[in-house]
Amino acid sequence: MQDAWVWLILSLDATLRVSTPLIFAALAGLFSERSGIVDIGLEGKMLVGAFAAATVASVSGSVWLGLLMAIVASVGFALLHGFACITHRGNQVVSGVAINILASGLTVVLGLAWFHQGGSTPALSNDQRFTAINLPFAQQVADIPGLGLLYSELLSGHNILVYLAFALVPLSWWVLYRTRFGLRLRAVGENPKAVDTAGISVAGLRYRAVMIAGVLCGFAGAYLANAQNAQFIRDMTAGQGFMALAALIFAKWRPWPILFACLLFGFLDAVAVRLQGVSLPGIGLVPVQLIEALPYLLTVILLAGFIGRANPPKAVGLPYVKER
Amino acid sequence: MKAATLNKFLSIFLLPVLNILTAFIFTTLLFLVIGIDPWEAAKILVQGAFGYEEGIGYTLYYTTNFIFTGLAVAIAFHAGLFNIGGEGQAYIGGLGVSLIALGLGSFLPPLLLLPLAILAAAAFGAAWAAIPAYLQAYRGSHIVITTIMFNFLAASLMVYLLVNIFSEAGQGMPASRAFPESASLWTWQTFMAKWGVEFAASPLNVSLILALICCAAVWVFLWKTRWGYELRTVGANPEAAIYAGINPKRVIILAMLISGALAGFVSVNELLGVQHRLVLGFNTGYGFAGIAVALMGRNHPLGVMLAALLFGALYQGGAELAFEIPSVTRDVVVVIQGLIILFSGALEFMYRAPLQRWLLSFAREV
Repeated sequence: MQDAWVWLILSLDATLRVSTPLIFAALAGLFSERSGIVDIGLEGKMLVGAFAAATVASVSGSVWLGLLMAIVASVGFALLHGFACITHRGNQVVSGVAINILASGLTVVLGLAWFHQGGSTPALSNDQRFTAINLPFAQQVADIPGLGLLYSELLSGHNILVYLAFALVPLSWWVLYRTRFGLRLRAVGENPKAVDTAGISVAGLRYRAVMIAGVLCGFAGAYLANAQNAQFIRDMTAGQGFMALAALIFAKWRPWPILFACLLFGFLDAVAVRLQGVSLPGIGLVPVQLIEALPYLLTVILLAGFIGRANPPKAVGLPYVKER
Repeated sequence: MKAATLNKFLSIFLLPVLNILTAFIFTTLLFLVIGIDPWEAAKILVQGAFGYEEGIGYTLYYTTNFIFTGLAVAIAFHAGLFNIGGEGQAYIGGLGVSLIALGLGSFLPPLLLLPLAILAAAAFGAAWAAIPAYLQAYRGSHIVITTIMFNFLAASLMVYLLVNIFSEAGQGMPASRAFPESASLWTWQTFMAKWGVEFAASPLNVSLILALICCAAVWVFLWKTRWGYELRTVGANPEAAIYAGINPKRVIILAMLISGALAGFVSVNELLGVQHRLVLGFNTGYGFAGIAVALMGRNHPLGVMLAALLFGALYQGGAELAFEIPSVTRDVVVVIQGLIILFSGALEFMYRAPLQRWLLSFAREV
């Protein structure tokens, strides 16, 4: 019993760590897509963020400067996406694909030219990373049976970005549903014509939305390189941007369900790692690939309309033409 | 000159050239940033891709893959669909090839086995595209998202099958056992030798001919058959298509089946032509490159062929570049690919409005 409890707590602890970049990226997608701009480029923005964070942190020695440059780089790519999709009304999916491919190539080419380590950046020391924050009394209560572990392992001992990601969920909800900006942002994703008629700039709102997405992807990237790992490794996002996109759809483009979708997908990932090569009684060897594929499978089933209906913002993917 | 002729000249010739040029200008800038002489790099690239017979062989071998995935993306585009799933469809096509080659390889003569394996590649690729197609046509799920998900599903499925079913014990990399001798396509060297012509050894094989046949077939299908007409009509205006008595749902399924089958052919070139066994990730990158190829080739089979050749040259030349200059890898080609998708795809309209204005004012004066 005690073992199972420890196993559960440790799995949940891993879940939080794996879910964090998903939450950042899915919220990024939320802002972008709620304003009507499809964001396939979450993956690429995370990747340039991670590269900038690791590069700047290792050169300057400052983890905060690294985070700042991660945000700058990611917002730069977000603006490129905006320039193509909003200003020039290009195909939003094509633009996203371009950003992903560009990011995947550019980070390796520059990394190799600057550091000569096969596309990775030098390993970061602990003061160039976001390290664990121990909440008060975590050590003292750790030995209390049951709840002690819950506090000391699960709640305490994460880095600041983990706590930030979770705090951003209610904040995003508040911004989207309780502020004038959020109302307009949601409106521009449903009916840009109406927003335009009200005398509010459609392009301005959408640019702000993709820039918010850029900032959030920057956080996700910095987390990958400077918190979860201690360097940039080529293609280190490894599909997490698409996983976040799946979570966004699975959550039907709403902030709180995004949190649960990311936690669910993160939990599946954490469990898959733990079950590698483990033989369970009655089931035999667990096919780890099946557990890893479950997020995508669930999203497809949801999209097919078998578990509720996923209604995307009405104007998503459509370039706005003011006058003909 | 008439405004219409000018417009045609603009969109068929001037804009594509300008877009590609812009992509290459940024590539040049990148070379300067990483401290490499762009002129020197271009020379190594061209020399590596076309300078000697083996290089040409490699270039055309890559071209073959790009033709398949480029056509796959292009035909879906004509129906108004964006198939990002070429990557997964090519992978699953490889499953079909391997099942036939490993299962029937010891019973059937090559003349029966090879066509069957090629058909299996098409059938499996098409089947993997059929599910997203069905979901788009009948359940309204967006095909971009479902094909992305299906890429990941294909990757997980193939890793599972390779590790648990196909792979033999004691191998480092997960791979199946080798296909029997009867399941390999002629290399270009063997093929040319039949005609008494010598050609250097390279991975290039007769799949290239299949690719060229596909180009011609897609052209005939799109512009010379009723089905092709219906497909293009649905792509241009689904509402109008319904009034014309066309069933867009069926067209969506048909377009995706053909698209998936074309992507599946990548496995013919890779597995029957080169690897002769099922290997992990033989499809990597070709599906996404197909998007660049289709965009650059403006979704026309001839354009796809030329764009595929350019990408084949970039891939082979890029490998040469990595060999000659140690601080560069083939990832430079990935950047070029991204730039081409950006400028010929997402930003294709950037030059259009100002150029149109300029050309029209010119037309009025004349």
